[in-house]
Amino acid sequence: MKPAHYWHCFVGIQAREWLRFWQQRTRFFSALVRPLLWLVVFAAGFRAVLGVSIIPPYQTYITYETYIAPGLCGMIVLFNSMQGALSMVYDRELGSMRVLLMSPLPRPFLLVTKLLSMGVVSIGQVYVFLLVARLMDVEPPAWGYLAVLPALLLASLMLGALGLLIATWVKQLENFAGVMNFVIFPMFFLSSALYPLWKMQEASPWLYWICQFNPFTHAVEAIRFSLYLEWNGQAFGITAAVTLVLAAMATAGFRPQRTRILSTGGAA
Amino acid sequence: MTIEARQISFQYGRTPVLREVSFTLTSGRFHALLGPNGAGKSTLFGLMTRLLALQTGELLMEGRSLRRQPADAMRQIGVVFQQNALDLDLTVRQNLFYHAALHGMSRKQARMRSDQELERFTLTDRANDPVRLLNGGHRRRVEIARALMHQPKLLLLDEPTVGLDVASRAGLNRHVRTLCEQDNLTVLWATHLIEEVQPEDRVLILHEGKLLADGAGHDICEAEGQPGLAETFHALTGAGQT
Repeated sequence: MKPAHYWHCFVGIQAREWLRFWQQRTRFFSALVRPLLWLVVFAAGFRAVLGVSIIPPYQTYITYETYIAPGLCGMIVLFNSMQGALSMVYDRELGSMRVLLMSPLPRPFLLVTKLLSMGVVSIGQVYVFLLVARLMDVEPPAWGYLAVLPALLLASLMLGALGLLIATWVKQLENFAGVMNFVIFPMFFLSSALYPLWKMQEASPWLYWICQFNPFTHAVEAIRFSLYLEWNGQAFGITAAVTLVLAAMATAGFRPQRTRILSTGGAA
Repeated sequence: MTIEARQISFQYGRTPVLREVSFTLTSGRFHALLGPNGAGKSTLFGLMTRLLALQTGELLMEGRSLRRQPADAMRQIGVVFQQNALDLDLTVRQNLFYHAALHGMSRKQARMRSDQELERFTLTDRANDPVRLLNGGHRRRVEIARALMHQPKLLLLDEPTVGLDVASRAGLNRHVRTLCEQDNLTVLWATHLIEEVQPEDRVLILHEGKLLADGAGHDICEAEGQPGLAETFHALTGAGQT
């Protein structure tokens, strides 16, 4: 296959994801309600309880809304990527997954392209969220909106690969509620999305270490630092490394040797 | 395109599903793969489309090994799955474009090919309708049109008439036979419905993972001493016609 074939395939998968997004645009906006509720209600309640001292990348005292906004960007990507990746394997997507895997192009390419295309749609959602957040005085520098893009792409790829891996390997977790309780919520709460890790360290050292080992923490920090035009090599490095490992494992799970698609389709 | 299956065996865990299945499909001919539910037809299709990996045996497409040269082989195969694999919210043409892109075709090529296939399947006036608005028969035609977008030489259809009324079933069957003649397409049509098979067709009868018969329909009937395919099928598999 020539590079042009890969390009046409990449564009085709992206185009399909945007078409689907347009068909389901009400779902796109309803999914925005969740992070906005956190920003408007949860943050308003907690701003009085939780004092945030001056910590990098912030140059001054910040409101709690400002602190959790990057975490909520991560939350959008987390929910969308997991839901999208799981639906790639189960439910109505079963048929279209077969169509995807019938392509003569290499499966790792197809799967990563598919994850990227889902990521691009959820990044669109992040930007709408950031615009609304700006109305609530969460005002990162203007260039921050551009600088945060690679971090968002990396985070969506990492979380999409994780979702794909879970869907491929763990047969018991066949519904989204199970994944929500055992993966999404622990990942979200045991991270720096809602509270700085030094606060967590004061409360419980072992919880602090769990948060440190949680790759979502580093994805959120990569988003946070980029949004405020600061470079955090450690956060980016860990997120990129975890993405590579998870993507390799997830695509390996789709080799024909391991494909469960046919058996889940009830074939004989 | 000639397809050769050599000694294919497959098992899910410890349950054998295919046992030393060997056959050759002749270029440009209609082949019926007959078997009751659970015979192993879909598993065989899974292996031929690389959704499942070969465990033992070999599949050769025009002499090229599916195991060693999968991309070359996949370019030559079009598939219509048993279950609907169309995106219901997208239009007919968008579904065709998506398939074309997955095969590395440019938008220009995709437009040209989709125009040709839509015309051939008399779907041109439905091109911009969401698939959700089409009836079962039309959806099946779209699936076949899609499978032919990249001009494959082998068309695999896994029980393509499931859920269709009698008239649509017969129409679809006729249509695919015409494709064999017009495009020199090799077709493997899996079914458990005897009325979709004609006596002169090449027939492969699969039962409990074993290939029980392989030859022209009337020859198999003669060999088994049965008056028709339904009786032959019943005698070989112990299954009634459904």
